[in-house]
Amino acid sequence: MTMLEEVPIADPGMGTPEIVRSKKPVSRSRLIMARLRQTPRFWVGIIGLGLIILWAMFGLLPNAWNYTDLDIYNMGSSPSPLHWFGTSDIGEDIYAQTIVGLRKSLIIGLLVGPMASIIAGIVGALAGYLGGVWDKVIIWFIDLLLVLPSLFLFILLSPIFKSLSWVALIFLLAGFGWMIMARVVRAQTMSLRDRDFIKAARFMGVGTWTIIRRHILPNVSSLLIIDATLGVGAAILSETTLSFFGFGIQSPDVSLGTLLSAGQGAAVTRPWLFVFPAAILVLTVLFASLVGDALRDAVDPTSGVNRD
Amino acid sequence: MIGFIVKRFINYAILSAIATLSAYVLASMILNPAARYYGRNPRPSDTTINSILDGLGVNPNTPVIERLWNWVVNLVTHGSLGNTIHNTSVLHEMTDRAGTSLRLLIIGTIIAALVGVALGVWGAVRQYKLSDQVISYASFTVLAAPAFVIGILLMILATNLNGLLGIQLISFTGEYTAGLDGNWWVQFWDRAGHLLLPTIALALMGAAGYSRYQRSAMLDVLSADYIRTARSKGRTRGSALVRHGVRVALIPMSTYFAYSFATVLAGAAVTELVFSWHGMGEFLVQAIQQSDINAFTGAILFNAVLILIAGTLSDVVYAALDPRVRV
Repeated sequence: MTMLEEVPIADPGMGTPEIVRSKKPVSRSRLIMARLRQTPRFWVGIIGLGLIILWAMFGLLPNAWNYTDLDIYNMGSSPSPLHWFGTSDIGEDIYAQTIVGLRKSLIIGLLVGPMASIIAGIVGALAGYLGGVWDKVIIWFIDLLLVLPSLFLFILLSPIFKSLSWVALIFLLAGFGWMIMARVVRAQTMSLRDRDFIKAARFMGVGTWTIIRRHILPNVSSLLIIDATLGVGAAILSETTLSFFGFGIQSPDVSLGTLLSAGQGAAVTRPWLFVFPAAILVLTVLFASLVGDALRDAVDPTSGVNRD
Repeated sequence: MIGFIVKRFINYAILSAIATLSAYVLASMILNPAARYYGRNPRPSDTTINSILDGLGVNPNTPVIERLWNWVVNLVTHGSLGNTIHNTSVLHEMTDRAGTSLRLLIIGTIIAALVGVALGVWGAVRQYKLSDQVISYASFTVLAAPAFVIGILLMILATNLNGLLGIQLISFTGEYTAGLDGNWWVQFWDRAGHLLLPTIALALMGAAGYSRYQRSAMLDVLSADYIRTARSKGRTRGSALVRHGVRVALIPMSTYFAYSFATVLAGAAVTELVFSWHGMGEFLVQAIQQSDINAFTGAILFNAVLILIAGTLSDVVYAALDPRVRV
C-alpha cells in the first residue's frame, strides 16, 4: 500500500498530479470531530449523559414527593404509580431521593474530573519540563501515591473531612486522582521540551511558567480533556464507595453512595431500594466513560497502552 | 536479565518502605488514640492514659520522628510490628487474617488475568464483530459499577437462585459456616462455596479492566508486519497469532498489571467488607475507625509487600517475554 502511494511522486513523467482542494484545510480539531461523529459509542455516551443530566435537573418536577417527604401511609411499598421507585421503610420516596443523590454525585464527578486533570497537567508538565532533581522527586511522589491505594488514604483522611462540608470531599478526590495522567503528561512533555518552538521560546527568555502555559499545556490538552472525561466516572465511583462505607458524604446530605448504603440491608427482600439507585449510578459512570473512550480513540486512533 | 529484575526489585522495595513509613507518619498526625479513652466513665486519669499510650508507642505527646524511629528499631531488632490498641500483637492478628485475604486475592487475580487476556485477544481478533461488541459493552458496564454494587448484585442473584432451587446452594455470608461439623473434606467444600461469590466479584472487575487493555495491545500488534511475515512463511493464522501476537501483546500488559494491582487491593478490601470476611481489608478499616496507628501501619505494610511482589512478578514476566531486556 505505501509503495503504491509513493509512485506518483517518484515518477516525473506523470505530469502535474491533480490537487484536491477542499473548502477548508483539515485541521486537527476538525479531524477529531469527524472521527468522533463516526463512533457510535460517542453518541450513546453523550446522549445518555445528557439525558441523565437533564433528568437530574428536571426529574423532580413531575414527581409529587420531595426527597424529605415521608409518606406514612405507604411505608416500604414497592414501585407503584404513586411512588415510581417505591418507598423506604420510613416512607421516603426513593425516586426523589435518587434524583437528589444523583445531583450531588454528578456535581462531585463533574468538578473532580477537570480539577484532577488540571493538577495532572501542571505537575506532569513541570516534572517533564524541569527535569533533573524536580523530575525525580515528583515521579517518586507519584509512584508512592500509586503504591498506596488511594481508597485507604481517603479512609485515613476521612476524620478530617467529615467535620468539613461535602465540598471538602471534592478537593480530597481531586487531590488523589491525578497521578497516572501526570505520568503520561510528563512523558509527552519530555518529548516536547526539545522541539524547536519551545527551544526558541526558551532562548528568547520566556519564563518557565509562560512556556508551560502557552506551549506545553495546549499541546497536551487533548490528553487532559480525555482524562477529565474519564475522571468524571472515576470520581463518582470513589465518592460512592467512600459514602457507602460511611467515610464520604455525611448524613444530612444525600448522595448515591449514602442511598445505596441505606438500601443495602434490604437489597434482597426489597430490591427497589438498592437496584434503582445502583442502575442510575452504573449508567451515569458508563455513559461518561463511553464518551471518554470515544474521545481517546478519536484523538489517537493507535492509542492504548504504550503511552507511558 | 537478573540485573534488570534486581534493579526493579530494589526500586519497588524502597518504594514500599517509604510508603509504609509515610503511612505511619500520616496516621500519627491524623489519628488520635487518646480520644478513645476520654469517653470512658469513669474517665481514666491522664497519667494512666499516657502510660497506656507510651506502652503502645503511640503517645501523641512524643514527637512523631521519635515514635517512627522506635517503630523501625522495634521492627528491625525484634521483627515486631507493635501491639494493637487491644494489646494484641499486630503481627499475630495479621497472620490470622492474611490467609483469608490472600486466598481471595490470589485466586481472584489469576482468574481475572486469564479471563481478561483471553477475552481481550478474542475481542481484538474479532474486532467490531458481535462478540467483540458484547465483550466491550459488558466490560464497560462492569468497570462502571463500584465493587460493592457488584458484590451486592451477586448476592441478590444468589439468593434468588437459592430460592428458586429451594436449597441453600450458594452461601455467601462470611468465610465459612459457623459451627459446621465434619471432616476436612466437608470444611473444604464449605469454604470453597463461600469463596465462590467474592472470587467472582473480584475476578469480574479485574477481567473487565485487563480485557480492555489486552484488546488494545493486541490490536496494535495485529497490524504489525511480523504477523504478516509469520503468515507468509507458512504459519497458520492461529499459530501466528499466539506465538507472535499474544506474546508481544502481553508485554505492555505486564506493566499494566503492576500498576493496576493497587486498585485490585482496594477492590478486594471492599469485596471483603461487603461479604463480611474478617480479612485484611476489614482490619485496615477497623484500625482507622479505632485510631489504631500500629495496626494501620501493619495493614499498609501488608499491602506494600503485596505490591512489591506483584511488581517484581510482572517485571519477571516482562523480562521473559521481551528479549530486549535480557541483554
